[in-house]
Amino acid sequence: MAEPILQVSGLVKHYPLTQGIVFRKQVGAVKAVDGVDFELGRGETLGIVGESGCGKSTVAKMLVNLEKPTAGEIRYKGEDIARLSGKALRSVRRNIQMVFQDPYTSLNPRMTVGDIIGEPYEIHPEVAPKGDRRTKVQELLDVVGLNPEYINRYPHQFSGGQRQRIGIARGLALRPEIIVADEPVSALDVSVQAQVINLLDRLQSEFELSYIFIAHDLSIVRHISDRVGVMYLGRIVETGRDSEIYEHPTHPYTQALLSAVPVPDPEAREHRERIILAGDVPSPTNIPSGCRFRTRCWKAQERCALEVPALAVPAEFRFATGPAAHDSACHFAEEKQVVPPEETPEEAPKEPSEQEE
Amino acid sequence: MLLEVRDLQVEFRTRDGIAKAVNGVSYSVDAGETLAVLGESGSGKSVTAQAVMGILDIPPGKITGGEILFRGQDLLKFKEDERRKVRGAEMAMIFQDALSSLNPVLSVGDQLGEMFLVHRGMSKKDARAKAVELMDRVRIPAAKERVKDYPHQFSGGMRQRIMIAMALALEPALIIADEPTTALDVTVQAQVMDLLAELQREYNMGLILITHDLGVVADVADKIAVMYAGRIVESAPVHDIYKAPAHPYTRGLLESIPRLDQKGQELYAIKGLPPNLMNIPPGCAFNPRCPMAQDVCRTDVPPLFEVDEVRRSACHFWRECLHG
Repeated sequence: MAEPILQVSGLVKHYPLTQGIVFRKQVGAVKAVDGVDFELGRGETLGIVGESGCGKSTVAKMLVNLEKPTAGEIRYKGEDIARLSGKALRSVRRNIQMVFQDPYTSLNPRMTVGDIIGEPYEIHPEVAPKGDRRTKVQELLDVVGLNPEYINRYPHQFSGGQRQRIGIARGLALRPEIIVADEPVSALDVSVQAQVINLLDRLQSEFELSYIFIAHDLSIVRHISDRVGVMYLGRIVETGRDSEIYEHPTHPYTQALLSAVPVPDPEAREHRERIILAGDVPSPTNIPSGCRFRTRCWKAQERCALEVPALAVPAEFRFATGPAAHDSACHFAEEKQVVPPEETPEEAPKEPSEQEE
Repeated sequence: MLLEVRDLQVEFRTRDGIAKAVNGVSYSVDAGETLAVLGESGSGKSVTAQAVMGILDIPPGKITGGEILFRGQDLLKFKEDERRKVRGAEMAMIFQDALSSLNPVLSVGDQLGEMFLVHRGMSKKDARAKAVELMDRVRIPAAKERVKDYPHQFSGGMRQRIMIAMALALEPALIIADEPTTALDVTVQAQVMDLLAELQREYNMGLILITHDLGVVADVADKIAVMYAGRIVESAPVHDIYKAPAHPYTRGLLESIPRLDQKGQELYAIKGLPPNLMNIPPGCAFNPRCPMAQDVCRTDVPPLFEVDEVRRSACHFWRECLHG
């Protein structure tokens, strides 16, 4: 991996649940994020996947300092940004920007596109002196594929995909090094999703960006990510390079998640094994003891209720060098292929895509 | 044939003019068969379904032409009270967002039981017993206790099961499911789709599945109708369409989705945006975005060409698309 630009360790966010009005006492906590570690290399894309309520968006908010962590460190170039304030925080924030999920609510309807994209310069005037801003904004519009003449229009005059481009332009305005994208395409139509994903791809190489890409759609995450972390109930349960996670998953949750994704190929439906999990995700106020996935796991044994599995290369694979040797938080990790391998002969009219190694 | 829609036309009158939401749509479903209607937002897929169910808002909506034949009878000629007897008992609908489709101030038992009170004239006690039975059928654990609970006390997946139970209550011959799993997480989505498919087999129902998700379609459908700007642009058995699409729009859609089992380089993107329904381009509605468009596409509306006995494509160049 390239030199890490962002190092997250022991990240925790608990929201207290209180009772009483005069004498407030804490009766519990929503454990939204409960000990997350990862590193992001320069120029790399880290995908974080998980179902709703797993804490992936809370992680995103903490990375851009919209939420203060309860515990843990977020080190940007070695400096813990969770402890910063005032001027120091402001200068770090410039380098970590966010693209939000919903392009309909994350743009102020009363501001013109020029004001929206130019607003970051009000806070960081050192990036663009006042007279310069209009041209800067027009450049940005051009970069994200919008007509620079649209600078005086309002958000409602744009379609969903165009609005997301505006959101991306705003994220780029301060020339950040890291962009945290929280479900950036899930509100868009299929044909428009591809346009935005390609744009993000292009911008990454053009501006040497590092991405944290958060999504629930496993196919999109595979497409864009170099490494992937799978979250369940506030923790990362498995992490590795994309081919390790998708082709050689060892954690049962990852296997179930992958097997449940519908593949757009009717031939595949006959010879695909699907693992259907029972029940729903437990409440984050009352996390199961030991392994938090055990209540839905088909392999769970007594040990799983007693011992919290560490996120490390499982003992079985520790001395192996194959793709199964990546971090997985399971006592009984074993390799299982759930995604059909990539050999499909006369697949679609596309040329066979290269194996990523 | 259980349901046959013929040349359906629906318009909406708006302040800015007339929006042609459905522009001559024809499709059919037989008992035990699953038809997937695929399209992006604004393609008219939901409006067609609403017209079939008879729940279109009129005005501003207006059905300006076509026939909806259910077991051979044209539903559009029915009076409202006759229509009402068909709705619920003969055909039922499952909506996308279960939380906003259920009444928050009534217990789920009351809402399920209401079907039997109104359509079957049952007593309250019997209706309640039926509600419990239905909740068991869709595998809601502890149905007897949970029948008194309110919608907000259920998780998203459980709520969607209640919606399914409600649709199945009177054992209809046809179910229309409008994006039934879009709001759900993948693992729960798989549970719900499996349940729906199983119940369909058991009751031998016709199912119209409205969706934008090509993955879900490949998993469950027998045949597909792809809609664009209020028209069907391609219809075919599910295997054919994924193997070799005969319309450039279908082809673009298939190539633009990233796949779990493939790591691609750059995604193919259909350029531009779907058209404004008040101002549909002349000729083929897809021509401004189509990589194969020629002069004829800008002037002549392509009819649905017969590709083979079971396949149709509304493209002047379907041969080139199919083989190129």
